Amino acid sequence: MKYSGPDFYHITDLLTEDELLIQQTANDFVQEKFMPLIREHHQRATFPMELIPQMGELGFFGASLPEAAGGAAVSNVAYGLIMHELERGDSGLRSFASVQGGLVMYPIWKYGSDEQKQRWLPKLSAGTAIGCFGLTEPDFGSNPGGMITRAKRTDDGWVLNGAKMWITNGSIADVALVWVKDDANVVRGFLVEKGTPGFSAPEMKGKLSLRASVTSELILQDVVVPESAILPNVNGLKGPLSCLTQARYSIAWGAIGAAVDCYETALRYAKERKQFSKPIAGYQLTQAKLVDMLEEITKALLLVIQLGRLKDQGKMDYTQVSLAKRNNVHIARDIARSAREILGANGILDEYPVQRHAMNLESVYTYEGTHEMHTLIVGQKITGLNAVD
Amino acid sequence: MNIIVLVKQVPDTEAKIRIADDGNQIDEASISFIVNPYDEYAIEAALQLKEAHGGEITLVSLGPGGAIAALRTGLAMGADKAVLLKAENSRFMNSQAVAGQIGKVLADRQFDLVLCGKKAVDTDAQQIGTLLAMNLEISVISSIVELNIAGNQITAKREVEGGTETVSCQLPAVLTCEKGLNEPRYPNLRGIMMAKKKPIEEIVVDVVDSVTDFKFENPPQKAEGRIVGEGVDAVPELARLLREEAKVI
Repeated sequence: MKYSGPDFYHITDLLTEDELLIQQTANDFVQEKFMPLIREHHQRATFPMELIPQMGELGFFGASLPEAAGGAAVSNVAYGLIMHELERGDSGLRSFASVQGGLVMYPIWKYGSDEQKQRWLPKLSAGTAIGCFGLTEPDFGSNPGGMITRAKRTDDGWVLNGAKMWITNGSIADVALVWVKDDANVVRGFLVEKGTPGFSAPEMKGKLSLRASVTSELILQDVVVPESAILPNVNGLKGPLSCLTQARYSIAWGAIGAAVDCYETALRYAKERKQFSKPIAGYQLTQAKLVDMLEEITKALLLVIQLGRLKDQGKMDYTQVSLAKRNNVHIARDIARSAREILGANGILDEYPVQRHAMNLESVYTYEGTHEMHTLIVGQKITGLNAVD
Repeated sequence: MNIIVLVKQVPDTEAKIRIADDGNQIDEASISFIVNPYDEYAIEAALQLKEAHGGEITLVSLGPGGAIAALRTGLAMGADKAVLLKAENSRFMNSQAVAGQIGKVLADRQFDLVLCGKKAVDTDAQQIGTLLAMNLEISVISSIVELNIAGNQITAKREVEGGTETVSCQLPAVLTCEKGLNEPRYPNLRGIMMAKKKPIEEIVVDVVDSVTDFKFENPPQKAEGRIVGEGVDAVPELARLLREEAKVI
C-alpha cells in the first residue's frame, strides 16, 4: 500500500501500515460514495446528509480521540490522512468532519461533564447527531475576546442572548456549543440543543465558496438553559482556542488533499491536451507550473507529518499549527489557480474539480484564523512582541 | 461455522504496470498492492455468514512476506485470524502448486466452508478454488452471485449464459465468488486498530518452480485510428478498407 498522492520523496516510508490502510479506506469512501454526488450538491448548495452516518460508522469523526471519547485512538497522522482524503473530495466534506470531531466532540470530551459525554459523544461519533461550534460573531472574528453574546445567571440556570455568524453545520445541528461571556466577563461554553425556545439557526445563502457545506447564523433570544448545559471544566478564551488548534490541524492536512486533486487533474489534462505539435505538458511554461505544484505539495506533506508526530508525542505547540495552516492553505490556493490556468477554459467547468477547489480554498484561507492572523501568531512567537493589542 | 477465506494480494487495478529490466517480474516499487477484488466478495460473504450463524473466519494467503498487508486488510474488515503461507517467489508457482500447498495446510484444520474469489485479477487463471476442492475431495460451486446456507445445505446461484443456474450441495464445500454477490464493506477505523492485535500465523512453504520460461511483455502499442469519412458517404470506403486492407469481411 502507498501514500495515495504524488509520492516524489517516498513519503510512504514515513507512514505505518495502519495509517496507509486508513488513508485507503477514506480514499475509497470519498471516491466511491462522495464524488458521484458532489457536482449536484455544489450546484444546489446542499450537503450530502446521507453520508454523515456512513462516515460515523467508518470512525472518521474524532478518530484520534480515545475510545472513551467516541474516537478510534488512531495516530494524529492517520487522522490527518483522513482529512486529506475528505478535502480531496471537497473542503465542505472535510469542514463537516473538522467541526464534528475537533470543535464539538473534542471539547465535550475534554471539558464536559460525565452526563454531557454520555449524552452526546456516542451519537456524535456515530454521526446520528450533528454538532456545531459558535464562537465568531458578526463584529468579532479575529478578535473573539470582544464577543458580546451574554449568559446571565438566574435562580435555576442561565439566560443566553446574542448572535453568532459563519457557523458550519449550524442549521443541521442537534447541539450547538456556544461560547458566551458570563456576568463576570469570563468566556464559558454552553451546549444548546436544537428546538430550545428562542434559539434559531437560519442558513446563510449566496455563498460562492464551500457551497456543499451548511453555513448558518445562530440567534439566541432569551434562551433559557439549565445549569447542566454549561461545560463545567473550562473558563476563558483558552477553551475555544484549544478547540481551534484541533480544527486548524485538520485543515493543514485537508488543504493538501485539495491541492493534490488539483495537481493530479492538471497533470493528467496537460499530458492529454495537445496544442500545436505536442501535449501542453511538453511546454516549458506548463512544466514549470506542474513542478511548482509538486514541490509545494511535497513540502507541505513533510510539514504535517512531522506536526502529527509532535502531536502524538504531546510536543505540538499551537504556533506550529498556525505555521502549517498558513503555509498549506496558501500553497493549496495557489495550486488550485495554477491548475485552472493549465486547464484553460475547461478549468471553469464543474466537470473538473479545480475551480470548485479554488472557490472553496478562498474560505479556507480566511477561516479558522485568517492567513494574516496566523502570520501574527508566529510573528509574536519568534519576536516576543504581540502585533495586536 | 468455521470459514476459511483465501486471499491473494494483487497489484492495484489502477496501477500502471512497469516491467522490470530483467523481464521476468514487474517493477514492484512503483505500484501499490491491494486485496484481490474478487476475494473481497469472499471476505464479505464470510462476515455475513458469521453475523448470521456465528463462528470464526480464518484468512489464508500464499505469497511473499508483503502479502501480510492484504491479510491485515481482511482482518480489519472483521476476520478473526490469518495464516500466511510464505513463499517469496510464489510467482513461479502455477495454480496446481498453489492449490496443493493450501490443500496440505487445510487438510489438518477444522472448517465448514472455504470461500475465495472466482479468480485473481493479476493471473486471471480461475483455478485455485476448483483445484483446492479436488485436493480436499469436497464439493465446489464456482462464480456464485447468491448464497444461502440452511443447516448443512448450501444453495447458490451462478450466472450462466442467458440466465442463472441454482446449484445445491452439502457442507463442507468450496465456493468461488463473483461480482454481484454482495457489496464488500470498507474496513472501519476501529477494525483497522483491532486488526493489529489479531494473530497472523506464518508457515514457510516450499516453492516448487512449476513455471518455466517466465517472461513479461508489454502488449503491442495500439496503432492510431483512422477516420475515413462521415455518415453514409463513408460506407463504401470503409467497406473497401475492411475487405482489402483489414481483410475481415
